[in-house]
Amino acid sequence: MTLGSGSVDLPIVLGFETSCDETGVGIVRGNELLADAVATSVDEHARFGGVVPEVASRAHLEAMVPTVHRALETAGLKLADVDAIAVTAGPGLAGALLVGVAAAKGYALALDKPLYGVNHLAAHVCVDQLEHGPLPEPCMALLVSGGHSSLLLVPDVTSDIRPLGSTVDDAAGEAFDKVARVLGLGFPGGPLIDRAAREGDGAAIAFPRGLTGPRDAPFDFSFSGLKTAVARWVEARERSGQPVPVADVAASFQEAVVDVLTRKAVRACKENGVDHLLIGGGVAANSRLRALAEQRAADQGIRVRVPRPKLCTDNGAMVAALGAQLVARGARPSALDLPADSSMLITDVLV
Amino acid sequence: MPQPARVRERPAGGAIMAPVLLLAFDTATPAVTVALHDGVRVLAEYTEVDARRHGELLAPGIRAVLSQAGRDRLDLTDVAVGVGPGPFTGLRVGLVTARVLGDALGIPVHGVCTLDVLAFAVECDGPFAVATDARRREIYWARYTGPQQRDGDPAVDWPQQVAPRLAGLPVAGEGAVKYPDAFAKAIEPVYPAAADLAELTVRRLASGAALLPPQPLYLRRPDAVEPGARKPVSQPALR
Ligand SMILES: Nc1ncnc2c1ncn2[C@@H]1O[C@H](COP(=O)(O)OP(=O)(O)OP(=O)(O)O)[C@@H](O)[C@H]1O
Ligand SMILES: [Mg+2]
Repeated sequence: MTLGSGSVDLPIVLGFETSCDETGVGIVRGNELLADAVATSVDEHARFGGVVPEVASRAHLEAMVPTVHRALETAGLKLADVDAIAVTAGPGLAGALLVGVAAAKGYALALDKPLYGVNHLAAHVCVDQLEHGPLPEPCMALLVSGGHSSLLLVPDVTSDIRPLGSTVDDAAGEAFDKVARVLGLGFPGGPLIDRAAREGDGAAIAFPRGLTGPRDAPFDFSFSGLKTAVARWVEARERSGQPVPVADVAASFQEAVVDVLTRKAVRACKENGVDHLLIGGGVAANSRLRALAEQRAADQGIRVRVPRPKLCTDNGAMVAALGAQLVARGARPSALDLPADSSMLITDVLV
Repeated sequence: MPQPARVRERPAGGAIMAPVLLLAFDTATPAVTVALHDGVRVLAEYTEVDARRHGELLAPGIRAVLSQAGRDRLDLTDVAVGVGPGPFTGLRVGLVTARVLGDALGIPVHGVCTLDVLAFAVECDGPFAVATDARRREIYWARYTGPQQRDGDPAVDWPQQVAPRLAGLPVAGEGAVKYPDAFAKAIEPVYPAAADLAELTVRRLASGAALLPPQPLYLRRPDAVEPGARKPVSQPALR
């Protein structure tokens, strides 16, 4: 299989992503990214401190067709040039997913092209191909986003993804968002904490590292206790009338999260004899996570791959990338009665 | 399940129109209903009642009516879609599909109020009302002076609020079936049929009557609560 960039005869795949608050439409040809158009309703959710599903779904309906055309324009293509359609079938918000799935079916019907209903998490892993070329097989994937925190052994992103562990409570991104709220930083909290932490000392406060005891599940995560510990610390400080050192709290919280994530990820690589670690999902944009992962992996001879931030958060290009990979491997397209599955398992890459 | 195509009488003297192949569908009620109309008659119909599977049924339904009628999607000249009011998730399946088909095929998309589609099929002399299920013990409803004359905008309310205002009028739609205490005189139809949506659209197009943009009639704001002040996690000492 040759999937070099710039090969004109590779199929062009149009990808749709609507699992949360981003309407993503991407276009790829093989491993080549041609367009990545995203419309977001994030500002409409900000005052609610989290994504409101109905608000997100309404925004998807309005953004869908215009976003498709933005993507086509960027790629310099017409709808008629599209060879296949891919769409996030799950997991995610049911009503939001359904807008993307119905749109993808409409285009598949109108263009008479095959439709691939794919797993959002597998797409988060696959997207790195657009930046760093074909995935090493196997590779280890640390997927950290607003809704998920998982360690996945990935022998083949199109057909074989094995979950090694995941969060037992809050997702990593969720913890960032909640702690940002405690610190009065705003929503979404990840980028704000990342920024605040740069001025702070990650060793200033010793926040707990969840599930790191000798008898704890080696590859599961827990961030809810950490979040509570941060809130307690901040409240105690407020009660005593002292100012809250926001930068130090942000940095120490962030350090606790990325310490556990990277430690477990590197251990998973070692125990499974895997020498490539891929980090994906919105939290992969975190600067400290990237730095610490690089450092700890290098010590063990493991290479780290992290896509650029725009590809880490939800987007349509990642769905198109997985679609292209499925087409290249001759996968069977999904049926037109493809359902949206809000709790789709990571082991199901394609519906 | 496919139903036999039916022909309906239409007013004489209508304008002569260019060839039409109209695809019509509505997903604003538990019924997923699709029809193909050639400007003269309904060529094929598909209707399935399943409130939870709109997203699964619509696209295969569209493919089914095209293949039943032996027509290609590229022959379509217009799309008509029921714009509700109706439960949001199902409603959006129809609307996004209509917009996408219109976009990809380069053809116009016409919207029709779903209550009007039900009213169009009502056989009754004199005024009546249409009420569909809005969930949360509410109904979407409107009053009609005849099958094609709506009296006022559609609204969402509790059946008990609406009943006194209808003063015993016959009521079509699932709302009447669901709330017999409020609406004693339930009449047919219970669900909208895309065949009626298609026929109504063809007539409105021919007469130059206004059609709606493919914009959903939600009639309700999204549920969302702004968070209050941050709750402390530290427990106050037990008394
Ligand atoms: N620099 C950063 N540092 C830490 N977290 C970040 C950073 N940038 C973004 N995030 C977090 O990433 C999350 C958003 O990522 P993403 O868009 O992948 O997730 P999602 O769509 O909410 O969830 P999922 O993909 O699991 O359905 C948010 O929780 C956000 O706070
Ligand atoms: Mg995501």
